[in-house]
Amino acid sequence: MKLEELRFGTDLVKRGFASMQKGGVIMDVVNAEQARIAEQAGAVAVMALERVPAEIRKAGGVARMADPLKVAEIIEAVSIPVMGKVRIGHTVEAQILESLGVDMIDESEVLTPADEEYHIDKTAFTVPFVCGARNLGEALRRIDEGAAMVRTKGEAGTGNVVEAVRHMRAIMGEIRQLQGMSRQERVERARVIEAPAHLVEECAELGRLPVVNFSAGGIATPADAALMMHLGADGVFVGSGIFLSEHPERMARAIVESVDHRDDPARIAEISKGLGEAMRGLDIHAIPESEVLRFRGR
Amino acid sequence: MGGDGDLRIGVLALQGDVSEHVTAFEAALDARSEHHAPVVAVRRAEDLAGLEGLAVPGGESTAISRLIDKNRMRRPLLEFGGGIFATCAGMVLAASEVHDPRVDPLGLIEMTIERNAFGRQRESFECDLPVNGLSHPFHAVFIRPPVASRIGPGARGLAVLEPGTVVVRKEPHLALSFHPELGTDLRLHHLFLDGL
Repeated sequence: MKLEELRFGTDLVKRGFASMQKGGVIMDVVNAEQARIAEQAGAVAVMALERVPAEIRKAGGVARMADPLKVAEIIEAVSIPVMGKVRIGHTVEAQILESLGVDMIDESEVLTPADEEYHIDKTAFTVPFVCGARNLGEALRRIDEGAAMVRTKGEAGTGNVVEAVRHMRAIMGEIRQLQGMSRQERVERARVIEAPAHLVEECAELGRLPVVNFSAGGIATPADAALMMHLGADGVFVGSGIFLSEHPERMARAIVESVDHRDDPARIAEISKGLGEAMRGLDIHAIPESEVLRFRGR
Repeated sequence: MGGDGDLRIGVLALQGDVSEHVTAFEAALDARSEHHAPVVAVRRAEDLAGLEGLAVPGGESTAISRLIDKNRMRRPLLEFGGGIFATCAGMVLAASEVHDPRVDPLGLIEMTIERNAFGRQRESFECDLPVNGLSHPFHAVFIRPPVASRIGPGARGLAVLEPGTVVVRKEPHLALSFHPELGTDLRLHHLFLDGL
């Protein structure tokens, strides 16, 4: 078989990669040692970062893509896929991560947006992208731009799951509504939510998003992770919740097991015993509006 | 091939593209028999009882391997008498030897596996793959695929793509580097079901 007969970076290859992550936990890490801990705990992938979101919040200023040296060090350390975050609309940061060999790019509101009008044209890349969404319209706009995976935005770096719950309920609820509508009503709804009509139709037919849908933003305990699975998530991203907890290794393992045993409360109780302090959380309403991350990108 | 209606198939449902496997096997069984047992998700050892075939899905082999041990399923899987339909991460797990200490394979099929043999996600691809015994090529989707660098006695390599074997047949087992469950071509599912 000749090399030219192999087709790289197709939709099927990109969405297929996301499908392999289902039922898994993707963990934020800031160095090789954390990446190894995450892999040993059973993470399906790691997100290579300069700082976890809670630290980004604390540091203030402009948050950018991680140092390529750090990303390369994390890629070297583990055999599972490595993801990286780029600023919304920052095509060059994405090209840099792709050239480093990052397996999936998160175009993320956790970093300071580089473009307030446009997201990255993700169809121009070989590697798949994941993007955040608060509702169905936002999710479908990202899929239309080429995202191979969607995640709730939640409110990253807070250890407070309330926004992730709100966003997952919104997406799943809007899809359920579509299923009760006539075709004509769905066309009108597509206009209202500013989403392509063919993707709205596809959601109604499938009863879900046409790509894998994870939850992210504020997940801090095994119970939080299981809750998001109950609400319809295909898997979870855990950011600050692991390496800012008292015992990261134990917390990491517990969250992986909790996702697996989401329907077994007695087992989750067992898993949750004596885990130590979860990360300190933030009250969503106490965050000044200028520091709210979920309103970035639309 | 009588008694197809009674074939009971499960999918190991710890992590990975479980629902795609369930859907593909349901479609294959539908095509063979009007009435058949539903494909079951196997989450614990008891779920294996009465199954003739078990799909071990794609996903992350390190994560699935850990959950197999956490759920005390290693021994029951070793003692499972039916056929194994292993794809990608499943192929890694089913092997007897993996050149990577991070995965502890089950040893269900004697073969040596190299993980991520083609590289990272940017090197993942789809292609039309000639497979021995199939009349025309199989459209195969490879995602960070493993390959077999050695296959044991009695096993046959049905397709090779440098640097290794990507379809391994050791009846009643079938191990694939790629993901037939992501497409609609069910010929490899039928090959597996024929051998049960």
